[in-house]
Amino acid sequence: MTTVQPQDIAAGPPLLEVDDLRVEFDTYGGSVKAVRGVSFSVAAGKTLAIVGESGCGKSVTVQTLMGLTPMPPGRITSGRARLRGVDILGRTEIGGREIRGREIGMIFQDPMTSLNPTMTIGRQIAETLEVHRGWSRKRALDRAVELLDMARIPEAAQRANQYPFEFSGGMLQRAMIAVAIACEPAILIADEPTTALDVTIQAQVLDLLSDLQRDIGTAIILITHDLGVVARMADDVVVMYAGQVAEQGSVEDVFYRSAHPYMLGLRAAMPSNSSDRRHRLLPIEGSPPDLFSPPTGCAYAARCPHAMRICSTTDPGAFSLGGGHTARCWLHGDKAPRVPQLAYAGAAPGLKA
Amino acid sequence: MTAAPPLVVADKLTKYFQLSGGRQIHAVDQVTLTVHEKEVVGLVGESGSGKSTLGKTLIGLHPRTSGTASYRGEALPQRYQPEDFRRWAKKTQMIFQDPYSSLNPRMTVGEIVGEGLKLHSTCSATEIRDRAGDWLKRVGLEPDHMSRYPHEFSGGQRQRIGIARALILEPEFVVCDEPISALDVSVQAQVVNLLDELKTSMGLTLLFIAHDLSMVRYVSDRMAVMYLGVIVEIGPASDVFFSPKHPYTEILVASNPEPDPLRERHRRSETIAGEIPSPVDVPAGCRFSGRCPRVMDVCRSVTPQLLPLADATDRQVACHLFAT
Repeated sequence: MTTVQPQDIAAGPPLLEVDDLRVEFDTYGGSVKAVRGVSFSVAAGKTLAIVGESGCGKSVTVQTLMGLTPMPPGRITSGRARLRGVDILGRTEIGGREIRGREIGMIFQDPMTSLNPTMTIGRQIAETLEVHRGWSRKRALDRAVELLDMARIPEAAQRANQYPFEFSGGMLQRAMIAVAIACEPAILIADEPTTALDVTIQAQVLDLLSDLQRDIGTAIILITHDLGVVARMADDVVVMYAGQVAEQGSVEDVFYRSAHPYMLGLRAAMPSNSSDRRHRLLPIEGSPPDLFSPPTGCAYAARCPHAMRICSTTDPGAFSLGGGHTARCWLHGDKAPRVPQLAYAGAAPGLKA
Repeated sequence: MTAAPPLVVADKLTKYFQLSGGRQIHAVDQVTLTVHEKEVVGLVGESGSGKSTLGKTLIGLHPRTSGTASYRGEALPQRYQPEDFRRWAKKTQMIFQDPYSSLNPRMTVGEIVGEGLKLHSTCSATEIRDRAGDWLKRVGLEPDHMSRYPHEFSGGQRQRIGIARALILEPEFVVCDEPISALDVSVQAQVVNLLDELKTSMGLTLLFIAHDLSMVRYVSDRMAVMYLGVIVEIGPASDVFFSPKHPYTEILVASNPEPDPLRERHRRSETIAGEIPSPVDVPAGCRFSGRCPRVMDVCRSVTPQLLPLADATDRQVACHLFAT
C-alpha cells in the first residue's frame, strides 16, 4: 500500500493552514467566545500537538475544521482553513472527495461511545469504504480485516465479526484508528486518543499511531492535555489558553525555550523526575477566564506572576522569536523587563510578528 | 518511621465480588500492607488492578472476603454495622476521584461539608455551620460559598469541597482515591499542595491511589504497585520509581511519558503486548506471567510471594527473578 501523495511531500504550502479562526456559541447567557483567533499550519507527514486545559478551545478548533461543530448554536465569526490551498470551512467536500472521513480522519477520546454498539466492528470500517470509495460490500469487508490487522488487533478476521462490547478499551481505540485510516486520509485528528487508557495501553496506541504515520504518510493533529504525550509524539506544538494560541513552535522550542509564562507555569506545576524529591510544586493560582466576556488584555494576565500594567489593558498579539516560534506575551516587548526563565529571541528581541 | 507502631495493617486481605454462576472477581487477593503513622503510601496500577477496592475495603466501605485488617492494633470489623461506621468514620475517611459524581447535587456545599459533624458529633446547628465555614476557608474557598450547590463550582473547587467534607471530622487515616486524576495540570498542583499542607498540619496518614507515577512518586514516602489484585512491588517511592525491580514496574515506569522531548525521542519503546487479564479467571502462578518479557517456567505454576530484596530490605518484590 503506497499512499504518500506526491503533493504531500513536495515542498511548498503546508498541507493544512488555519488562519484567524474564531468560533462562538450562542447560549441563553450570551455568546461564549470559545475560539478567539487561532492560526496554525500542519506539514504533510508531521505531527502537530494542540495542548491546553479543559475549556481552552482545542477540541472546538478541530471539530470546526471537521464540520462537526453544531451550528447553531455554534458560529464561525471569522477565519479560514485551507487544505492544500483549498478552503474547507463550511464545506463537506473538495474536488469530489469528502473532507470528513476521506481527507481528514478522526479518532475520538472515548471509543466506547464513538462506535455504533449495534454494528460489528468489521462492518463499521467497511461502511466507511463503501460510502467514501463506493467499494462493494465484500471488498470493503476484506479491507476492514486488513486494517484491523494493521491496527495490531490479533485474530483480525474473527474480531471483525464482533461487536464493540466484546472489545476492551485499548482494542476499541485500535478499531477506531482502523476506521479513521480506512480511507488513508491526509490528516488524522486524534482528540485525546489515550486519555481514557492505562499507561501501558497508551504506549501501545501511541506507538501504533507513529508506525502508521510512517507507513501511510498521514499528518497527525494530536489534541491532548498531557505534556508527556506531546513530548513523545509532536514535531510542532500549539499551546492554547482561553481560546487563543499562547505559544507555538517546534517541540524543542516550546519545551526547552519556553517563551510564555503559561507554559512555564505548567512545567512548574508538574513533578519533575529529577531525584531530589522536595522541589515544591508551583501551582498556577486562579482559574481560566470566563469566555462569555474574555478580558480585554492578555487572557493569562490575572494568573501570571509577571503581569505588567499593559497586560490587563492591551492584548499582546503574537511576538515572533524566530524559526516559527511565537509567544503571545508582552514580556517580549522592547520595554519589558527580562524574566530569567523565559526564552527570548537572541538577535531581535521583541520583534513583533 | 520504623519505630512507631503501624497505624493500619492489612494481613492477607481479600475481597472477591460474586458474579452469577458462582464465578468471582478476584479484585484484591491476599494483600498484606502496613501503613505507618504520618506516612504517605502511594498505590499505583492500571484500571482493574484492585487499588480502589483495596482502599475501600481497608476503611470498611466493602466487607472483606477474608483476611484481617487492624487499626493501631485493634481489629477492624469484617463487615461494618452502622455503629462501626459511627465509630470509625471519625478516624478513617475517603476522598473520592470524581468531584462531579461524589457530591450530592441537591445538597448545598454547607450541608455536604457539615454532614459528617451532623452525623458523628454533638455539635449544634450553628457550630456545624461555623466549622463548615472554617473548613471551606481552610481549603481555599469562601465561607459564603456554603449556600451554593456543587454545580456552581469548577472541578478543582469541588475537589476542595470533597477534601473539606472528608477532613472536617479530623480523621487520622485518609484514603485518597485518584483525587487529582479528573483535574487539569495547573489545578492538580493546587490540590496536591493543599493535601500536603493539611497532612503536615493535621498529622494525617494517607493512602494515595493514582495512576500518574510521577505524581505518586512526588507525593508518597513509599510506593506500592498493584497488578490484578496483588501487590507486586513496594518500597521507598523514589527507589521504586528510579530502579524498579519487578518486570511489571519496569514497564509501567517506561510507559510513563515525560515532558522531555529529547528523552522521549531517544527512549527505546518498551511497550508490552496484551492487556491486563480478567480478574475472574486469574492466571495460575504469577499473575503477570502471561505478559512478562522475562517469564520462566516456574512463573506459570508457582505464585511468587512478596519478599524483601536481599540487598535492600526496605523493598519487597513478588517475582521469582529475585528469589534467593
